[in-house]
This record gives sequence, C-alpha cells and structure tokens, in this order.
Amino acid sequence: MAALSDQLLVVAIFAYLVAMICHAAEYALGNRAMVGRTVVRPARERVLVGAGVGGAGGTGPGAEPPRVEKVPAADVDRGPGRAALAGRIAVAVTVLGALAHLGVITTRGIAADRMPWGNMYEFVLSVTFVGATAWLVVLSRRPAIRHLGLFVALAMVLLLGVAGLVLYTPIVPLVPALNSYWFVIHVTAAVLSSGLLLLAAVPAVMYLIRNGYEQGKRSFPYTLGARVPAAATLERLTFRLHTFAFPIWTFAVMAGAVWAEAAWGRYWGWDPKETWAFISWVVYAGYLHARATPSVKRNVATWIAVLGFATMLMNLFGVNLFISGLHSYAGVN
Amino acid sequence: MTLVEDRVAAPEQPPPRRPNRLWALLRNSWRQLTSMRTALVLLFLLAVAAIPGSLLPQRAISAEKVNAYFVQHPKLAPVLDRLGAFEVFASVWFSAIYLLLFTSLIGCIVPRLRDHYRALRAVPPAPPRHLRRLPQYASWSVAGSGDARSGGGDDEEGTARAIAAVLRRRRWRVAVRGGTVSAEKGYLKETGNLLFHVTLLAVLVGVGYGAWYGWHGNRLLVGGADKAFCNTLQQFDEQGLGPRVDDGDLPPFCLELTDFKASYLDSGQPKSFSATVRVDERGRPSRSATFSVNSPLRLHGANVYLLGHGYAPIIRYTDRYGKSLTSIAPFPTTDAMLTGEGVATFQDVNIDPKTGKRDPNQQVAFEGIYLPTMPDQPPYVRSVFPAERSPGLMLIPYRGNLGLEAGIPGSVYQLDQRQIRTGKLKQVGDGKLLRPGEKWTLDDGSSVEFVGSRQFVTLSVRYDPGEKIVLVSSALLLVGLMLTLTGRRRRVWFRVLPADPSAQSPAGGPDPDRAADSNGGTAAPDPALSDPLSESTTARSSFVEAGGLPRTDYSGFAEEFNQLVAAVRRAGTQEESE
Ligand code: HEM
Repeated sequence: MAALSDQLLVVAIFAYLVAMICHAAEYALGNRAMVGRTVVRPARERVLVGAGVGGAGGTGPGAEPPRVEKVPAADVDRGPGRAALAGRIAVAVTVLGALAHLGVITTRGIAADRMPWGNMYEFVLSVTFVGATAWLVVLSRRPAIRHLGLFVALAMVLLLGVAGLVLYTPIVPLVPALNSYWFVIHVTAAVLSSGLLLLAAVPAVMYLIRNGYEQGKRSFPYTLGARVPAAATLERLTFRLHTFAFPIWTFAVMAGAVWAEAAWGRYWGWDPKETWAFISWVVYAGYLHARATPSVKRNVATWIAVLGFATMLMNLFGVNLFISGLHSYAGVN
Repeated sequence: MTLVEDRVAAPEQPPPRRPNRLWALLRNSWRQLTSMRTALVLLFLLAVAAIPGSLLPQRAISAEKVNAYFVQHPKLAPVLDRLGAFEVFASVWFSAIYLLLFTSLIGCIVPRLRDHYRALRAVPPAPPRHLRRLPQYASWSVAGSGDARSGGGDDEEGTARAIAAVLRRRRWRVAVRGGTVSAEKGYLKETGNLLFHVTLLAVLVGVGYGAWYGWHGNRLLVGGADKAFCNTLQQFDEQGLGPRVDDGDLPPFCLELTDFKASYLDSGQPKSFSATVRVDERGRPSRSATFSVNSPLRLHGANVYLLGHGYAPIIRYTDRYGKSLTSIAPFPTTDAMLTGEGVATFQDVNIDPKTGKRDPNQQVAFEGIYLPTMPDQPPYVRSVFPAERSPGLMLIPYRGNLGLEAGIPGSVYQLDQRQIRTGKLKQVGDGKLLRPGEKWTLDDGSSVEFVGSRQFVTLSVRYDPGEKIVLVSSALLLVGLMLTLTGRRRRVWFRVLPADPSAQSPAGGPDPDRAADSNGGTAAPDPALSDPLSESTTARSSFVEAGGLPRTDYSGFAEEFNQLVAAVRRAGTQEESE
C-alpha cells in the first residue's frame, strides 16, 4: 500500500503536469475567455412554476415578465476549436490527477491505519487535494474561468513536487500527542480551509494581474492577464472563496485550541505555529474588512488576501522547517 | 459583504457657543480611532507585531532558549530584552495595539448596536418612486375580483394584502401602505456581524480573566508513596500565579504516582503514555486515576497534564563505616531515547560513629548517565531505546564538600561547579558502568550499588477560570461569523395600481433609461409584454409592479426575486380560481 501510494503520487504529479501543458496550449492557441463580454439576448421564457396551471379557467396571468438576460457567456467552447479542445483535455486530465491524488492519500491512510494527516508530507498532500477538488467544483459552476487552470495546475505541480522531494516521510503511526479525535477535527478543518485558501489565492493573484492589464499595463506579469476573465469577475470569485474558507479556518484554529488545552494544558500558548495561525487569521480578517470598506480600493484589499496566503505558506513551510516548537512533528529534520 | 453605507450622520447639533478646541480634538480623535481604516491599520499592526514572537525565543515558552540566545548574542540580546522582544505577547507595545484595536471596536459597535436595534424595530421603508430603476423589476396585470365600479382602491389594497401574506409566509418583514407592500429580509447579517464583534471582545475578557485568576505549576513526580506531591507552591519546581491568586487559593490535593506505562515502536517512537496516580482531594475518599497525553486528570479546581517522563535510578551508597543511604534522584532526559543525566548526592555520610561528628569534606556524590537501553558497544553514553531493555548506569564518583551548606541555591541535577573548580570537591577515580544489582567498591572501601530504577513523570498543574468564557464566546463568534458572511440583506417592494390608463403614467411603457442600460440589470420590461393595455380586460384589473434591491453583494438575488414574483403571482391566481 505504501509503495502504491508513492507511485500514485508520481501519477498525480504527472497528470497535473499534463493538465498544465494542455492549459498552456489552450492559452497559446488563443481561445479568448469570453467572460465579461456581455451577450444580450432575450431569455428563454422562464417557466414560472404553476403560472399556467393554477388558472385552469384561462384566467392566468396575462403577461410573462419580460426580460433581457445578460448571459454570463459560459460557452467558452465556442472559441477556436483546437484551443477549446486543449482546454477540455486539460480539465479531464486534472480530474484524473485529482483521482490519483485521492488515491495517494487513501492508500497512505490505509497503509498507516490512521487519518493520513500525521506529518507535513501528508498535510501538504491533503491541502493540495482539497485545492484541486475545490477548483473542479468551482469550475463546474463557472466554466468561464477555465483559463485559471493553468495556474492551479502549476501550483499543484509545485506543491506536490516539494512534498514528494523535500517533505517525504515514511509511514509511521502518530505520536501520542496527535492521538486525539480533536486532532482529527482540527486537522480536517485546517486541511480544508488551507486548500480553499490556496485555491482562493489563484484568482486573487490573477485579479491583480488582470487589473493591471485592464489599466493598460503591458509589461511582464500583466501580459499574463490578456486571456483571463475580467478583473471584476476574478475579484468576486476571490471574495466568495475567501468568505467560504475563512469561517472554516476560524474553526480550525478554535479546534486546535481545544486540542491544545487537552494536550498541553493551555488553549493558547503562542507557540510559533499558533502565532502564525493567529497572524494569518488577523490578515484574512483584515482582507474582509478592507473589502467592506468603500474607501479601500479593491486591489489593495486583494493584496491583503495574497499576503494572507503568504502567511499561510510561512506557517506551513517556514515554521515547520525553520522554527522549533511544540508542533514540530512535521517529521522533517 | 455590505456595501457599507456610511451611517447617516447624526443631525447637526447647534454649534456650541464657544467651540472648545480640546473637545473638538478629542472628538475628532475618537472618530478617527473608530473608523474602519484605523481598525484595518491596527489589525495589520497586530499581525506584524506578533511576528517577532515566533522568530525569537519567548520566556513564557522556554526560558532556557532565551538564556541560550543571550549567550549566543551577548550584544544584541540585552537590547532586544529591553524592547520586550522576549516577552512579545506581554509587551507594552503589543498590548497597546490590541487595546487600541478593542477600544476602536467598542467605539465602532456601540453605535452600530444602537442603529441595528432601531432597524430591527423599524418598518421597511415605503417604496421608491420608480421601481423600474431598481436592479430587479417585474410587472404584470391581475384580473380584478370585484367589479370595476367599486373603485376607491379597495381592490388594490386587497391585492397588496395578499402579496404581503405571501411574503410573510416566506419570513419577510412586511409593511403594507395602501396599495404598496414593502418588505425586507436579512437582518441576521448585521445581527451576526455584531455578535461576531461582541464575542471577539468576550474572548479577550475571558483571556484576561484567566490570566488574572489562573495559575499553573510544573512538577517532576517520581513514583512511590515516599515521593508523593501535594499542591502547594513550595512543591512546584516552577510556577506562575495570576495577580489575583495566592498560595492559599490553590485547591488542596495530593498525588502519588503509582504506575506509568509507555509503549514504543521499534524505532523508539512513542505510541502511548499513561500515568496512574492515587489522588487525595480534601473531603473526598482517596481514589486511583489514570490519565495520559490528550486526556488530562481533571480535578476540582485544577487539571493535571502529563508532559513527559523519564527514569530515576535507585543508588545505594554504603560508606566506609558501613552505613547505607539510598538516593532516588530523577535523571532528566536529554534525548528521545530517554538518556538521563543527573546526580546522586550523599551529604550525611562518612560520619565517624565514635565521634558522631560529620566531616563536610567527606561528602560523596555521583554524576551519572542513565541508559534505559545500553548500546551493544561502548561508548555507553547514549541510550538506544526509550524503554528499559538493558539498563545501565554510568557513574563518576566525587568526594569532598558539596557546597550545599553555603545556602546558595543550585540545580539539583548538577554538582556545584564552583566546588569542583576550587578543588573542594574532587573526582575520585574514573567512571564505571553498572548494571542493575551490580556493586562497585571505591578506593576508600565504601561502595555504591545500582539497585534499580523508578519512573518519573513531568506534570503541569493548571487552572484557568477564563477557559469557559473563551470557549463559549468562540463558539458564538463562529456562529456570528457564518451569519454575517452568508447573510444577505435585501428589500423588495410591490405596488398595485389600477389598470386604468390614466393611472398608468408611472408604470406604462418601457422606461427609456432602463432599456438603454443594457448591462445594468438582469430584467427590464419588454414593451410588448409589459404594456397592460395590450391585454383586453373585461373586469377591472390591476397592474402590479415589483422591484428588488439587494443591499449586500448577492449574486443570487435575481433568482430569488424571480421566484418570489412567481410565488406572488401563483398565489394571486389561486385565490382567483377559488
Ligand atoms: C478586533 C479586531 C477585529 C476583527 C478581528 C474583525 C473582524 C471582522 C471580520 C472577519 C469581518 C467580516 C465579516 C463580514 O465581512 O461581514 C468584519 C466585518 C466588519 N467589521 Fe470588523 N473586526 C474587528 C474590528 C472592527 C472594528 C474596530 C470595526 C469598526 C471600525 C469593525 C467594523 C466592521 C464592519 C462595519 C464590518 C462589516 C463589513 C460587512 O458588512 O461586510 N470591525 N470584521
């Protein structure tokens, strides 16, 4: 099982790599994302439930509410055929990658006979899996953002690569301090929220690039913004993902405190890991605040979100690798 | 997220006759402090200020690391120390930031609480004049139930009341004014937001209360009744009391370690620990209790946590007059394989039984390394497994004056280095490795025997009365957060008009603003369909228009609005067919 898990990791990385290449091909072949282009067309008459049913005597409402709908141009696939094909292959391969990724985690869990979140390697595996899955879910609802897949796949390849090469740890059972159901709850929430925040960082960064692009900047990072969805769309997506992830992250921190109380006798002790969790929480709270403050520009707010993600990375990598504390169970020395 | 509407400024007070500069300054500072921008800056500062706390060693976590830092950076450390960098979370500047932030928070939420209280009691406002200008709009005709001659608007009011009933059923807050219906929903968003911010304060209160009225102590406890421990300050190796606690407040109880079990993987990684103790609490029968990492021993007014464990070798020394003394000194562990290092001291030995006089220069001590599992080969300095598979004890004997009478407190785990340096305490012979039961006769005819070992545990005894406050407030905080992040404030209005051409002026025909505004909204009246005149009505019919306004970022509002309109129309038709 352990060996299978390791092999599946290679498969998953490879799949994400292929997805990345396909996304890049789509990008290069120039399928313009059509989001932001407003298509005005009369809506198909929406069947108002019961509208014509109740009035059996024909006294039903006379006029259907008329409307012109702005269609969110979901049909990316109508672009140049080859590019769209590449894009669709990319998504299909991402799905395969995510399945293999799930396989890595499951087989590892089975081999270790416990929840596979006992060390940093496993943690990164799980966080990235949540990120990939959340990406696919969001994508299925908003196909128009497919171009972001390039950057999602890039993040996956990088993080899984680091996990496999730097963080890899053989399977061992949990140390006694981790043997608690609060630990499972805490880490589940932490994995979930970290994965979502990871995903949320992608549109955040793309928004900043696209925003610059829309303001006429044409130097290097901004050129990347040529083919991604409109800035406003990215910004809203960024915000939605953060509002979804932030309460989970809050809960993760709280569950961690409950666990710390049982394990170490205090719910909060400013251990480096706790300190950085606090920092991330405060920065993300700052983001939500900034977004709600009209006098703060949206790109400033989004910078705060990106900063928030940087603090999450610091907590995951910096603290585990460079600072010793009670949480030093990463298994990496 | 609310597109924060700046709170309506309080009606201008008549200017005071003599404007007071100081007062104006204070008032302006207060406004500044309680603004969202200031809150943002303070939040950011708080995050930045916490960083040194994770990068530099902190006294509260590990005083030894701070001392080590002083040794490594003799120049820098005192400067940092003066800045409070080793006690970041208790430092003046860190406290200043969060106290300002929370003051700002209070200043911010008090007026909002008041406003929200008012909003909760207020009725939804009357519809704006032009419903068509709202982001959501729909209109339709309703065949009248009464006859055209009744007139007088009764019909419109009836329809309005029917609409209101539908809205109420969907838990909207509704106000009917003549032929108009105003409804609002989503107050929970602001309620949640206020709950969130208030509970944030409550968390701080809980933390503060715990810090004032809580206490903790650490203690190393060796197994056996003779080594039992009772909960008084003197018995702790290290303790910290909140400012409002003194020795007398500690609940009286005694603990005796009766058993300790640990299991390990072959690699030496621990799998589980559990300690069994006999607990004597005042006024209760003595009982036995087992606790472990992650499941502390919860007593009345204190919790006992298992932090670590190790071994205390039992060493019997028989002096040259044949008198035996036994030391059971814990040897603190130095690595994951539980190698222990410590000393066994024998102060009252080598007393000549004839004279009964003790010679302070004939005291004896042993420096030792305890290996629960010896390696197969020398050097015998590191244990290779944490359990006692083949224990060995390396002892180095010293004889002379231990320096214990001088009254200078020293570590109980080390010999007084000054005595060694000044030659008052001398090493006698080389060290020797003993196995359990082995005896070693020293040069003066005295002997030392490694009898066996006992286990010890390190415990943390803690009490934090603020914990419950923090827990409950955190739970509420989360509830508030979810309400505020998922809640959506929105308003809808309905206006029922007689379908009388003369009354059509506000509603008839396409709104030119609107039609031109192609990206403004999702629904605009289609001239062909919205014109009520296009439908020939026999009975007197009414014309209904509906408008919706999301007051927060809410992408699904169009859908909700359409469903609502459908429900209202459905209800209308059902009533008619009845
Ligand atoms: C102790 C520090 C604070 C923290 C951690 C904090 C955190 C948060 C969070 C996470 C939100 C997001 C909820 C949402 O978007 O609805 C929020 C919203 C809000 N906060 Fe704070 N806050 C703090 C202090 C303050 C202060 C001092 C003010 C007043 C100036 C304030 C005013 C607001 C307002 C008006 C909102 C609503 C924004 C909206 O409607 O979306 N907060 N706060």
